[in-house]
Amino acid sequence: MQTIIYVVLLGCVAFAVHSADIPVSFESPHDEQRYVELLEQLRCLVCQNQSLSDSHAELAQDLRSEVYKMIASGKHNDEIMAFMVERYGDFVLYKPPMKSTTWLLWFGPLLLLLVALSIVLLATKRRRETQLPLSDEERQRVQHLIEPDKQ
Amino acid sequence: MRYAIPIGVFVLLIAVLAVGLRLDPRYVPSPLIDKSVPEFSLPALRNGETSVSSSHLRNRPRLLNVWASWCVACRVEHPLLLSLAKTGQVDIVGLNYKDERADALAWLARHGDPYAQIVYDVEGRLGLDLGVYGVPETFIIDKNGIIRHKQVGPLNNDTLNQVILPMLSELASEP
Amino acid sequence: MIPEIGQFTLALALAVASVQASLPLVGAIRGYDSWMGLAKPAARIQFLLVFSAFLILVHAFVSNDFSVAYVAQNSNTALPTAYRVSAVWGAHEGSLLLWIVILAGWTYAVTLFDSQLPRSFAALVLSVMGIVSVGFLSFLMFTSNPFARLLPAAADGGDLNPLLQDPGLIIHPPMLYVGYVGSSVAFGFAIAALIEGRITAQAARWIRPWAVGSWIFLTIGIALGSWWAYYELGWGGWWFWDPVENASFMPWLLGTALIHSLAVTEKRGTFKNWTVLLALATFALSLLGTFLVRSGVLTSVHAFATDPGRGIFVLVLLAIMIGGSFVLYAWRGPSTFSGGTFEPVSREVFLLLNSTLLAVATATVLLGTLYPLILEALGLGKISVGPPYFNVVFGAVMLPLIGLLGIGQFSRWKSDSIRRLLVRLRYAFIATVATAGCAAVALGGQHAMSAAIGIGFGIWVFVTTIFGIVERCRHREHVWYTLFHLPRAFVGQCIAHIGFGCTVIGVVITSFYTIDEHQSLAPGDRALVSDYEFHFVGLSSFDGPNYRVTEGTFDIRRDGQLVATLKPQKRLYVVRNMPMTEAGISPGFTRDLYVALGEPLEDGAWSVRMHLKPFIRWIWLGAILMALGGFMAMFDPRLRSPVTLRSEQSATSPVSD
Repeated sequence: MQTIIYVVLLGCVAFAVHSADIPVSFESPHDEQRYVELLEQLRCLVCQNQSLSDSHAELAQDLRSEVYKMIASGKHNDEIMAFMVERYGDFVLYKPPMKSTTWLLWFGPLLLLLVALSIVLLATKRRRETQLPLSDEERQRVQHLIEPDKQ
Repeated sequence: MRYAIPIGVFVLLIAVLAVGLRLDPRYVPSPLIDKSVPEFSLPALRNGETSVSSSHLRNRPRLLNVWASWCVACRVEHPLLLSLAKTGQVDIVGLNYKDERADALAWLARHGDPYAQIVYDVEGRLGLDLGVYGVPETFIIDKNGIIRHKQVGPLNNDTLNQVILPMLSELASEP
Repeated sequence: MIPEIGQFTLALALAVASVQASLPLVGAIRGYDSWMGLAKPAARIQFLLVFSAFLILVHAFVSNDFSVAYVAQNSNTALPTAYRVSAVWGAHEGSLLLWIVILAGWTYAVTLFDSQLPRSFAALVLSVMGIVSVGFLSFLMFTSNPFARLLPAAADGGDLNPLLQDPGLIIHPPMLYVGYVGSSVAFGFAIAALIEGRITAQAARWIRPWAVGSWIFLTIGIALGSWWAYYELGWGGWWFWDPVENASFMPWLLGTALIHSLAVTEKRGTFKNWTVLLALATFALSLLGTFLVRSGVLTSVHAFATDPGRGIFVLVLLAIMIGGSFVLYAWRGPSTFSGGTFEPVSREVFLLLNSTLLAVATATVLLGTLYPLILEALGLGKISVGPPYFNVVFGAVMLPLIGLLGIGQFSRWKSDSIRRLLVRLRYAFIATVATAGCAAVALGGQHAMSAAIGIGFGIWVFVTTIFGIVERCRHREHVWYTLFHLPRAFVGQCIAHIGFGCTVIGVVITSFYTIDEHQSLAPGDRALVSDYEFHFVGLSSFDGPNYRVTEGTFDIRRDGQLVATLKPQKRLYVVRNMPMTEAGISPGFTRDLYVALGEPLEDGAWSVRMHLKPFIRWIWLGAILMALGGFMAMFDPRLRSPVTLRSEQSATSPVSD
């Protein structure tokens, strides 16, 4: 198993020769932009550290042409993403889907921010309230320290 | 008791990491479990005139094994497939993925042929629809054409005896 | 023979480190002077030993000793000498040894300057660092021995991964490690403070340069990594939110929080608990990073190929050291600290908000990095959390931080008022909006609004910094004298903040205005990227020291004028039979031009990627300024003078202050 992983990883970095890195062209620049953006949001399943845009794995090339065909045939971004997820699962999307299992992921930071800010607020208020006025004895001691000659 | 928060969070973290160590980060679970095999109709490898289609994957549980002559790891699991085919327990359908017909046939001639049927998926279309990303892969398909399990990577004795065979006998006794 | 000496030296080092870790600790708690006195010599001897072992490993590489397994895996006779040396830290075992040497180095440095601390406190700091040394030396000796033999010796080595055969990779890991490991000093300080139950102003003053020092190296290390990825990987990307990148970014974020919180603790004696917690957590994240890279738990380009057995060892180390420190915090924290008062609107509060927001940002990155693992561990499926998530969420947390930075650096200690701040800063705000507006017009395009807002935040930092300097000088009698004699720490702060602003601006502009072109070009063809014309002049082939090259030549023109000639290469490293891309880059203050060769296509054409990346250098320029600012702040003489008077006292009587 280890050797296989090693070979795959090596292959990913080595830009497998028999997969072509063919540039594609679109009629409309808007489509071209969609193509580029979509590829960057999809993970390559073979070279898992690269997006479909960067990976030279053969599967990536196949999926790139698939995306190209789908855009050319007028499919929306949502449909293309759904196509990928149907076959490869949520793992293929770099942007985690909004599901019950990912609420904590998406809302957690905001929650944390609010909790943290309220703690800071409370701590600052509490600090102010614990500044008790000096007692008479303490007041005398302060006086004595400031003006030691006066008795 | 807010001073205990750091250690509390840390213990949870360690627990997650400890479990994580036992997982394989490269493994991707298949979203096709409990879904039908995608519709297909492709030529057979051995006899280009005939075709294999999704309707052939019914009536009894089968293994669908994705392989290719260029795949090194396929050679590792092949003896297991051969002995499994000999027992007659289950039909193994091959999916020859992105290969040259001549190379594939030669490979089978050299290493043995355990397959009841072989789909010739030269463009990889069916592979794509099945979410294949790491050849070899093996699917268990039940009598209704529903995918019940996916094994990524070569089969070994453990996976065969602890996962595949038990599931197959379970499926055989299903109504 | 010599590698065995190396192994023996390491074993000896482990023994010495064990002494360093235990006796002075007990001595400090119980008041045994002689045991406390062991800390310094033990630390120094440990350094000499591990450094010798390191030199022996370097020697094994340079002399091509392929009977040492690690050398055989990572080097080759054809490898140029410079890379033979850097190959020492090119894989797991050697980089771990480097980590240990750097830790011993920091410990040695502490022994040079600890006369300013109370004896018991210094002994505790050195002991804690010794405990970390023991942990890592054990890890090295028992699971990752760099001197393990390969018998029979290989005829030649497996070569260093071609990706690592690059000058950037020579300094990026060492810089990063110096930063990571340096956070152990603040960690030791925090543990010592918890054990002794107090932080004196003297101790807080002492630790500041150390915290800043390690932060500087982390800044440089991360910036180097980003810059290296940009020019080496061939796709023009500079940050991927890759788990291991995040692992270095988190200690940096928290380290930034730490140096700001320390400033308050030192000057005003408040936030002691928070500062201690930050110091513990920063080091915890460093160790977490070490775990993530070496355990195989997450897929990453940076991960060393290693096995779960090692992962378990590191996890246990992590659990003991960090778990232990947090238990200590839970136990000793409540009874220990108090002090200082401040109004709800004051510089203290702004700094508290700053470190809080940075902590939230850190937690956000941690959540995103570990979330896939959490879900998978709970059997809830497998997801990816990538740049689309991090860019949005992290950006959202950063915006209020940047806004508050501007106001905060302007505010007064102890007591200030919103009114005064608003009045003082209204012109700064107007200037910011105006400049951002102009920038939006100048840049144009569909992203102008979003870009303007982002740029606005960066400019806000610049403007408020300048206003802060002006404010400081204008009420004095001799304005120019004041200006040229500003305290070093203040100047450092200004430079660092300006650097941060630069980075923000660079990130915003590059993210919105990068232009990527991917075309099939044959020699003689031309392509247009914005208003630059790329002319593919020709190809040539030749040999390098351990690779074969196909080099393309591109002339780039703008308005007919030749702007640059770039020579991107496609290399084949012969030993591993691995192809590599070397991009051709024309660097500039306001833009980079970037060309990379892809694959050869049919009919003599090549797949070529061309990029125009505006303001991308600002990202790393900003990082350099941040490091420079930190450097200046570190060497502020005010952090030294009052302490030297007390050093005589504290040396003789441990119970002072």
